[in-house]
Amino acid sequence: MSLRTPLGRVIGLGSAKEGVSHWWWQRLTAIALIPLTLWFVISLVSYASADHAEITQWMSSPVVATLLILFVGSVLYHAELGMQVVIEDYVHHEAVKIASLLAVKFVSIFLALVAILAVLKVAVSN
Amino acid sequence: MSNANRPLSPHLQVYRPQLTSILSIVHRGSGVFLTVGTPLLVWWFVAVARGGESFARAQTFFGSGLGRLLIFLWSLALFYHLCNGVRHLVWDIGEGFEMDTVYRSGYAVVIVAAVLTLTSWVLAYAMRGG
Repeated sequence: MSLRTPLGRVIGLGSAKEGVSHWWWQRLTAIALIPLTLWFVISLVSYASADHAEITQWMSSPVVATLLILFVGSVLYHAELGMQVVIEDYVHHEAVKIASLLAVKFVSIFLALVAILAVLKVAVSN
Repeated sequence: MSNANRPLSPHLQVYRPQLTSILSIVHRGSGVFLTVGTPLLVWWFVAVARGGESFARAQTFFGSGLGRLLIFLWSLALFYHLCNGVRHLVWDIGEGFEMDTVYRSGYAVVIVAAVLTLTSWVLAYAMRGG
């Protein structure tokens, strides 16, 4: 026996079946970012005095390029999920809220693609 | 059922700041601050891909006083957000909720984040040869 009303069923109220998706991806990216962030910081520190040739040589290793792409992708997805929560919590004007959520999504996807293409360009051409 | 005297969400005007509440809002603040920095991170990748001249321009900016200040603040925010994020993950598996544990992990996060930030900068300057 369902406690849901026939009207509610007809107009599709109720669970969107993805209630934990946001929470889960925030945690998944967080866990991935623990080793990725530590690796990235250690790399930046050890290449603190590197010139352009040394950086491109470092970036052209397939393992390094893969880790950089995973790092940038996880950072921007994690940031997008976090900003979404912050906007939903503090922006109460509906139109401004939706516009901000869309802007954050578009900008983070754009930045992720640009960074990934930049890394791939260096990795492929060196 | 309705009770006008029920406890409500913290009213910030009369809410006594505590370590727990401050670390909580700083986690959010550091996350937003780090997000603001992502375009510069991406710009650095683009500069590497575009070649020596673009890379030199990016390095000049990041090596300037403002650049170094920003990177210092971002490194501090990053290590804080990372350490406190681990604290959150421990809470997610249902551990560490006892009051004294919450305070001890809170102080630990602040100390470890500060140590990691300072260590990174000391090592980075050592790599550059002072």
